[in-house]
Amino acid sequence: MHEAPETPMAVVNILYDVGARDENPNQTGFAHLFEHLMFGGSINVPEYDKHLQLVGGENNAFTSNDITNYYVTLPSVNIETAFWLESDRMLSLAFSEKSLEVQRNVVCEEFKQRYLNQPYGDVWLRLRPLAYKTHPYRWATIGQELAHIENAKMEDVKSFFKKHYNPQNAILVVAGDVKVEEIKKLAEKWFEPIPAGEAYIRNLPLEPRRLEERREVVQAEVPTDSIYIAFHMPARADKDYYTADLISDLLSQGQSSRLYRRLLKEQELFGEINAYITGSIDAGLLVVEGKPLREVSMETAEAAIWEELEKMRSEYVLDYELEKIKNKTESTMVFSELSVLNRAMNFAYFELLGDANLINEEISKYLSVTAEDIRTLSEDLFRKENSSTLIYLSDTHA
Amino acid sequence: MLNRATPPDFHPIENVPVLSPDRIDLSNGSKMFVFNAGEEELVRIQWVFENAAFQLDKPIVNSALSGMLLEGTSQYTSAQIAETVDFYGAYLFPEFSYDHMSLNLITLTKYVDKLLPVVISVLNDAIFPQQELDTYIRNSKQSLNISLQKNDYVARRNFNNVLFGNSRYGYIYEENDYDLLNREDLISLYRSQIVPANCTLLVAGKISRETLDYISEQVESQWVNPTQKSLTTVPAFQQVAPKVLVIEKEKALQSAIRIGSMSIQRSHPDFPALQVLNATLGGYFGSRLMMNIREDKGYTYGIGSGLGSLKYAGFFTISSEVGTSVCAATLKEIEFEINRLRQEKISLNELTLVKNYLLGSMVGSLENVFSHADKFKQVYFSGLTLDYYDYYSQQVKDVTPERLMDLANKYLDYDQMTKVIVGKL
Repeated sequence: MHEAPETPMAVVNILYDVGARDENPNQTGFAHLFEHLMFGGSINVPEYDKHLQLVGGENNAFTSNDITNYYVTLPSVNIETAFWLESDRMLSLAFSEKSLEVQRNVVCEEFKQRYLNQPYGDVWLRLRPLAYKTHPYRWATIGQELAHIENAKMEDVKSFFKKHYNPQNAILVVAGDVKVEEIKKLAEKWFEPIPAGEAYIRNLPLEPRRLEERREVVQAEVPTDSIYIAFHMPARADKDYYTADLISDLLSQGQSSRLYRRLLKEQELFGEINAYITGSIDAGLLVVEGKPLREVSMETAEAAIWEELEKMRSEYVLDYELEKIKNKTESTMVFSELSVLNRAMNFAYFELLGDANLINEEISKYLSVTAEDIRTLSEDLFRKENSSTLIYLSDTHA
Repeated sequence: MLNRATPPDFHPIENVPVLSPDRIDLSNGSKMFVFNAGEEELVRIQWVFENAAFQLDKPIVNSALSGMLLEGTSQYTSAQIAETVDFYGAYLFPEFSYDHMSLNLITLTKYVDKLLPVVISVLNDAIFPQQELDTYIRNSKQSLNISLQKNDYVARRNFNNVLFGNSRYGYIYEENDYDLLNREDLISLYRSQIVPANCTLLVAGKISRETLDYISEQVESQWVNPTQKSLTTVPAFQQVAPKVLVIEKEKALQSAIRIGSMSIQRSHPDFPALQVLNATLGGYFGSRLMMNIREDKGYTYGIGSGLGSLKYAGFFTISSEVGTSVCAATLKEIEFEINRLRQEKISLNELTLVKNYLLGSMVGSLENVFSHADKFKQVYFSGLTLDYYDYYSQQVKDVTPERLMDLANKYLDYDQMTKVIVGKL
């Protein structure tokens, strides 16, 4: 619970500890499809959205490889409506056949809209299975293929609900113009009667340490060549996670960053270049991606990226440069505090990681990273045998 | 025993007034509006400029001015500007829209004095170096080519072109338009547009008297370009005949749809009530288009409608991306839903729901001091005052089923709408 009286609104955020990584390899995309079904009516409330809109509220949800997160914002005077709706769908869904049929179609259209009918839309459908061979991060949240979604059955929906959607697997955060005492009463009234359910013991296969370089080259009808190099990096709870995050910032946070400045502006090799981390709970990826200019060959472009990565391995980053990215990290955190919804989501996420209060230690964890940490981790990350490279060669690229 | 079948009691949604800013007229000719609120030690300063007139022989010089603004001044190189902004953890970015260009600075308050001199240098003497211009042209061409493979993008620009012709709102620019860009045109546009007399500053955040004095003093004394306001000509838009435009994409899995027509601007008295009608049709998740085409038929991931209020025109548009095999069926359902609004009165239940949704969403959109400034901006540049929001809320509360049906007959006519389909019909 988080009192933030500066707004007349309240946020009710429920995080379920289930994501695409918990799916059966033959039924990928299920966690996300399920998120859609959560709006298809619950045991006592046939229409979720209508009741919320009637009291001036809005809601949405997202699914990642790690979690499924639902949030409601509404005028705080009507907060009990959110408790009523959220607790009823945690208690039980209505499991309507019609809803399943329609949402299967909706998700298939989402699949097409975002992943198939866009240039480079299928990047993550290709890059994940290239980078991961064992861990379930090898498929995207939307699913590995359309058929997995088309084949979803009601009995699968029911067992998924039973396994993952219960109080034991949920974290509720309420924030905004609220009083802790009142929220406590509402939580006891609406959520406490729901049976705790069975505990879900997560036991996912670990991705073994990589020993060989991987590469996939696709000839595609895209306007320009594109390259993605993914490196395995430490898990969220590892202290080196922060180092890896800062490494990606050094490479591409802001227009003074290394890749942007050197490869796009000075050497004039790329039209776009970026580096980022996937930010996942289990060991994730640090990705460098770029689109070389038309007249630049892929060999030249790729070599230029590696040259920058080699520098990260062999040379210490300057104190000035390190201070710069730490400043940016610090200010970005202050900026994100502006949104009560962001704060609520962050509390839920850090509670999942172990303790909501951990969020207050984030800044000091970033600030304690040293130039030595960065060089040492770079040396381990930016090895050819730790890389998975996906290349799109354009039909029209000169 | 807890009764879960009956909804809890609910309370009417109270209006929240939009924060009224302090206005300060600076001696250099610019106007400054100050929104002082919030707990975080940060500030956002926006320098907003009206765009100069669109010129058909220099169709992208206006947007290029924005894209090139931070690429160097006589005092700082492009690299130095980027370095300073990043070092202090700030964000400095130009934004271009049809009618305005703005330069935005977001920073921790403690670094305002490190960043303002850089911004003022950008406002005083940006030099648009040739090498940076070459980079801009190259990269812009590349991203245009990528966008052109997105059906939704192609549909939008063709729709705008049918409605607005070769104007600032409708011109379809191509790769070779970038070859017309040159330093001389950019500098001449910069000299006439980026001047204090053409600038409105919006300052928002937790701002002490001292910080505010510092900002206004710096802007006033250091930014002294000739205070001649650029002349803009008012473009005239003809009522165009409705048109059906189908752009075939052989391998498309989905078709992008844009349907709509010219409409009214925010300053028109009907606008708030028309927004209620728009919400009913396609303006929120529970809208009729969403309920019918997504939630009942599963044809699409999303469909929506909106009213666009520009400086010189207003328009209404419906947009979606749907499976190619159901594209024709989707058009039928859109027509059906529009006609239903014209022929049947909305039920009081549905109307109450739409009203409450809109009132709640208004309150929810005022989350922090920046959103208050944004709300102000919206009315200010429509030539209205903050009273508009009281009028808006009252109109939303008062609108009746009869009025909505009248508005549907007045403003929504499927046969008179332009339809653009990119993909397969």
